[in-house]
Amino acid sequence: MAAIGSMTASANGWAMKRGFGPVAILFWILLALLPMLELVTDDPSFDYYMFMGQSMLIYAIAVLGLNLLIGFNGQISLGHSAFFALGAYTAAIMMTFAGWPFWATLPIAAAVCFGAGFLFGFPALKLEGHYLALATFTLAIAVPQLLKYKPIAPWTGGVGGVLLEKPEPPEWLGLSVDQYLYYLCLIVAMLMFWLVFNLLRSRSGLAMMAIRDHTMAAGTMGVDTSMYKTVTFGISAAITGVAGSLSAITIAYVAPDSFTLQLAISFLVGLVVGGLASLPGCLIGGAFIVLVQNSAQSISDWMKTSFALRYDVPAWAIYGVLLLLLMYVMPTGVMGGITVLRHKIAGRRSTRVNAPSPTVVRPGKTAGETTPAA
Amino acid sequence: MTQEAAALLSVRGVSVRFGGVVALDDVTFDVQPGQIAGLIGPNGAGKTTLFNCLSRLYTPSSGEILFEGTSVLATPRHKIAALGIGRTFQNVALFDRLTVLENVMVGRHSRTVASFAATALRLPTATREFRAARDRAEDLIDFMDLRNVAHWPAGGLPFPIRKRVELARALAAEPKLLLLDEPAAGLNHDEVHTLEGQIRRVRDVQGVTVLLVEHHMSLVMSVSDKVVTINFGRKIAEGTPAEVRRNPEVIRAYLGAEAA
Repeated sequence: MAAIGSMTASANGWAMKRGFGPVAILFWILLALLPMLELVTDDPSFDYYMFMGQSMLIYAIAVLGLNLLIGFNGQISLGHSAFFALGAYTAAIMMTFAGWPFWATLPIAAAVCFGAGFLFGFPALKLEGHYLALATFTLAIAVPQLLKYKPIAPWTGGVGGVLLEKPEPPEWLGLSVDQYLYYLCLIVAMLMFWLVFNLLRSRSGLAMMAIRDHTMAAGTMGVDTSMYKTVTFGISAAITGVAGSLSAITIAYVAPDSFTLQLAISFLVGLVVGGLASLPGCLIGGAFIVLVQNSAQSISDWMKTSFALRYDVPAWAIYGVLLLLLMYVMPTGVMGGITVLRHKIAGRRSTRVNAPSPTVVRPGKTAGETTPAA
Repeated sequence: MTQEAAALLSVRGVSVRFGGVVALDDVTFDVQPGQIAGLIGPNGAGKTTLFNCLSRLYTPSSGEILFEGTSVLATPRHKIAALGIGRTFQNVALFDRLTVLENVMVGRHSRTVASFAATALRLPTATREFRAARDRAEDLIDFMDLRNVAHWPAGGLPFPIRKRVELARALAAEPKLLLLDEPAAGLNHDEVHTLEGQIRRVRDVQGVTVLLVEHHMSLVMSVSDKVVTINFGRKIAEGTPAEVRRNPEVIRAYLGAEAA
């Protein structure tokens, strides 16, 4: 955990950020304009690209939830697939059995997952680092089987899952289903990022990050560390749960085996690749999860045909190589890499101060809490 | 006895045991409002243990600690700051990935109230409170002469600067009593001199009572109104610096080499 925590490269100066920067605003506007590309392209798979866009945004939201917990609060979770599943099934069950409109399931999923995450936060209080990782790991492995559990099969659909209907866009919007759902994901993503952004540059966020950096000192400053850790766990689970319900809505299908440990690990991969304690990093992580898994397959196909190989090149091995390469080039994630690069370009402006670069934090924990790491 | 009624901090028969080891044994003393009190003793005498009882990191096996008449031991750890007790740590416990200014702002936590919901929705009350906290922190940044590192992460700063950050963070909570755990350790001669001035200013300008654990004898003796000496967990002397300096038991236990 200490190792993961210290990879952060861009966590500094949060409280001083005045608002979404111009780059961030421009980026969100570009995302909002993407579906308009339909007007200038006649690519038959345009709707498929829109669907990929939905998936990226959904994963970005899930990674955002995980980042709040790991990157900003220093608690680890290998079990966020469970909250993703809980959100997805909440949406599916409410739409199927209660006939709720899809949008109304989102706040309910958030509330249910907040409750679950908050409750799980209590045992998590007693655990740190690897032990918390193991405890959350149990969630990830238990949930797919629990969802198949016979007595609740009438609601969860057992092994087969639940088939949903894709929401129809209102006619006056003039959008295709996938464009409509893309906008749904985008609006929810913007809302989630806005909320987290506000949280971070506030009293709450400072307390969360203080706990991450030195729990005992945070307590001495008056931070109710237990309350903050459990509530942060709850908020994190709620955000990931909202991502889960969006996934149920956009895929129009939920099944237990979509929510395995591998999903939890891909959130973690997206988080680390994008950059711990970085909000733009969450979007990069979401894109990475979707794109790199897809491109690993394409590279495998391409290698087979262009080198006239007899056997398939294993796509997951290619994925592994890509991941290793990325981590070698940018050990603090893409956003960390960008920050380091930016400061290299800007040069060492503040030579007055005898201190290292403001963005690169040396490994190891705070003095006081553990013996200084070598 | 009238002194006792007016005491800001009253440590009453505090004992701490770790397994078979007695770290503090029936320690009793008072700190009056506006005093700078020194707490001295050889290494391992139990000074930091006492501080940790005061900030509720340890719970004594017996005894009572009163702060303005309120039982400290009946107060949970996170409410100690609001009670008016602030502290620094022997080996400096900063939030390394937060900037200096953010570190000091965390010190305002006990004096602010905005909830998760209010901050997430950026309600005007939360924003106003946040701005006020930042202004207050900026003042302390100037007070502790940290202006040119205000936006640097605390983690990479040199040790003497880190100590000043920690002091600013403790002051941000507007403590009535400030516990300083070896503030002079690791500082050079000039820095100790500056520190002495800062401790005096904290008391004289901000009206903060100070309890100081320190090995730097000339600092303790010159800045303190009174000195409490403990050895092997027991109080062996209490009085003005001059009295303590003359106390034979203190000389034997601790000052021996230095007094010679």
